[in-house]
Amino acid sequence: MPAPVICVEKLSKRYLVGHRAERGAHHSYTALRDVVGRELRNGVRKAADVVRGRQVVQGDSVEEFWALRDVSFEVQEGEVLGIIGRNGAGKSTLLKVLSRITEPTDGRITLRGRIASLLEVGTGFHPELTGRENIYLNGAILGMTRAEIRKKFDEIVAFAEVEKFLDTPVKRYSSGMYVRLAFAVAAHLEPEILVIDEVLAVGDAEFQKKCLGKMDEVSRREGRTVLFVSHNMGIVTSLCPTAIWLDQGSIRERGPARAVISEYLSRRSSDLERVVRLAQIARKQWVQDDRLRLESVEWLCDLPLRHGEPLKARISFLTRAPVSAVAVGIGFSNLEGTRLLSYETDLQSRLRKDFPNPGKFAVEVSIDSLPLGPDIYSLDIGCRSGDFHGLDYLPACSQVEVIAGPSTPGTIVRKGTGVRLSSEWSWHFVRQTGELLTASG
Amino acid sequence: MSNVIIIEPGRHELNYWRDLWRYRELFYVLAWRDVAVRYKQTVIGIAWAIIRPLLTTLVFAIVFGRIAKLPSDGSAPYPLMVFAGMLPWTFFSAGLSEASGSLIANANLITKVYFPRIIMPTATIVVAFVDFVISFAILVGMMVWYGCAPGWQILLLPAVILFAAIASIGPALWVTAVNVKYRDFRYVIPFIAQFGLYVSPVGFSSNVVPEQWRLLYSLNPMVGVIDGFRWCILGGQSNLYMPGLAASAVVSAFFLWFGIRRFRKTEASFADLI
Repeated sequence: MPAPVICVEKLSKRYLVGHRAERGAHHSYTALRDVVGRELRNGVRKAADVVRGRQVVQGDSVEEFWALRDVSFEVQEGEVLGIIGRNGAGKSTLLKVLSRITEPTDGRITLRGRIASLLEVGTGFHPELTGRENIYLNGAILGMTRAEIRKKFDEIVAFAEVEKFLDTPVKRYSSGMYVRLAFAVAAHLEPEILVIDEVLAVGDAEFQKKCLGKMDEVSRREGRTVLFVSHNMGIVTSLCPTAIWLDQGSIRERGPARAVISEYLSRRSSDLERVVRLAQIARKQWVQDDRLRLESVEWLCDLPLRHGEPLKARISFLTRAPVSAVAVGIGFSNLEGTRLLSYETDLQSRLRKDFPNPGKFAVEVSIDSLPLGPDIYSLDIGCRSGDFHGLDYLPACSQVEVIAGPSTPGTIVRKGTGVRLSSEWSWHFVRQTGELLTASG
Repeated sequence: MSNVIIIEPGRHELNYWRDLWRYRELFYVLAWRDVAVRYKQTVIGIAWAIIRPLLTTLVFAIVFGRIAKLPSDGSAPYPLMVFAGMLPWTFFSAGLSEASGSLIANANLITKVYFPRIIMPTATIVVAFVDFVISFAILVGMMVWYGCAPGWQILLLPAVILFAAIASIGPALWVTAVNVKYRDFRYVIPFIAQFGLYVSPVGFSSNVVPEQWRLLYSLNPMVGVIDGFRWCILGGQSNLYMPGLAASAVVSAFFLWFGIRRFRKTEASFADLI
């Protein structure tokens, strides 16, 4: 067997995180003396760190956090490997270390071949530059030479379907055009190893299909090695024959993608996450308004969710500046990323609210009867303000399992049941059209 | 396969200079981007590169030349002498401030793509150089206006410009590296730029500095750069103080080494710190 293209041996990555010490419960106020004392102590510690050349960390106490711990695996040439795991499991850190963006704390990686990483679509796109200029800029950033880009230029433009707007600054592009152009450049990279993080979660459905086709072509026909991180289990199963499940910085399982994913999903939903934390999840690039940040979703009903039964959830968020006419919504998509069901404060009752003062707030949603059939869905949460301005948006931030409820017909097989609403049906007799065929005739 | 990359803690030095060569196209493209974007959506565009040094020169010529009545270099017109000092100084200070903010301004690149980070601050110095070339056209215009022909010394101008570039890159790299870690430096740079303008011989000739202090004064690398530049432009009008030039050159070389070293040391953790 030839030497593996990627060989990861006992890889670890440590981050230092600062904490602010909790004050005792009997101190209901903050004295200036305390603040001064704390700042002084921290100042001394930071100065000492600077002198010793160590990393300076904000906060009162410093905690180590191992984003990756003793991760070892090998990838053969032409293998397409999916990497799954919940948020914070270390997937992104692994990709960052592999693509040399950050250094490991310990361990060793051997890469045989040119590596290109696609951790985001349109990295380095400049809004003031035209489509044509951005193709060259983005291509160079991703590691292509000008000659390579020139050779592929027409192909990229055709793939992105932006021929007419090549000499328009990309700031005038629609978001769909922008994403198409960005992906088109990336799709025409020709490295031996391609590392991709969740970039397919963009664009309209048709374009997604096109991207998937391109990805498939890259891996299957051109025999390139691909590492692919996604929350979208549907895409992982269709693209990757094998997968790794990362859990708390270590490999929990590696094997055929279907087996790993079904193990992951069954384990996940039995963990019953009552609170889904949203604060730490990386936002999409276009979420730029930071006046409001979604913090968490808490399920206030029985878990797992049941078809036909009430659903109740509380969505907490933080505002930093005044925002007016805030609307919040949640949506359920299938694992391929197609939205099946949405609920928002807007539609039902035009229930918008102003938040003139910064603070922590929550909104509760109740649904009498959840119409989703038994399956696993991904949860999308979003928030916008009065000017139709997106404040925060977290597509596929969590996966939720829905199981059959008391009213679910027993014939429903799990998978692909979609939205099942209750409805009124009545049978009618119209007219008789013949005798009952009983005797031989 | 031909290229094997090994990733280990503290081992990224190995392929560094080879990578730098491989990523040279990115250097051109980033420099080109910064130049292309610089004057987009401005009314007078590229004229900004001319107006700033020209107005400062005017003020300096009046304050130092007319009011303080400081002597010029030889018989060179005072405004011409000031402008000849203003050019390398603007190059230096613009390079320093552009470079120091470059990594933070491009944080999204740093956290998403690998490339030798040193490309980023050095590419921004190209932008400062483009402004420099534009103002140089004004200098030529002024020389024609004053009827001041350069001597054979002008042939050494490329060497002096290289000197100016080296003098800017060293401190710029150092400041860029610390700026990622301690954002305090954001406030220090404008101060250095303003303070240095008066400390360096921009508004006056370095010949007015008393002889016994001259060598010490030349420890400011910009003294050597500005003196050299004036010597090239004004020809025989300005005599070159060789020990001072040597001192400035040594200090610049030291800063270049120091800057690269500091930059390389912190580079690996940029993506975690930014």
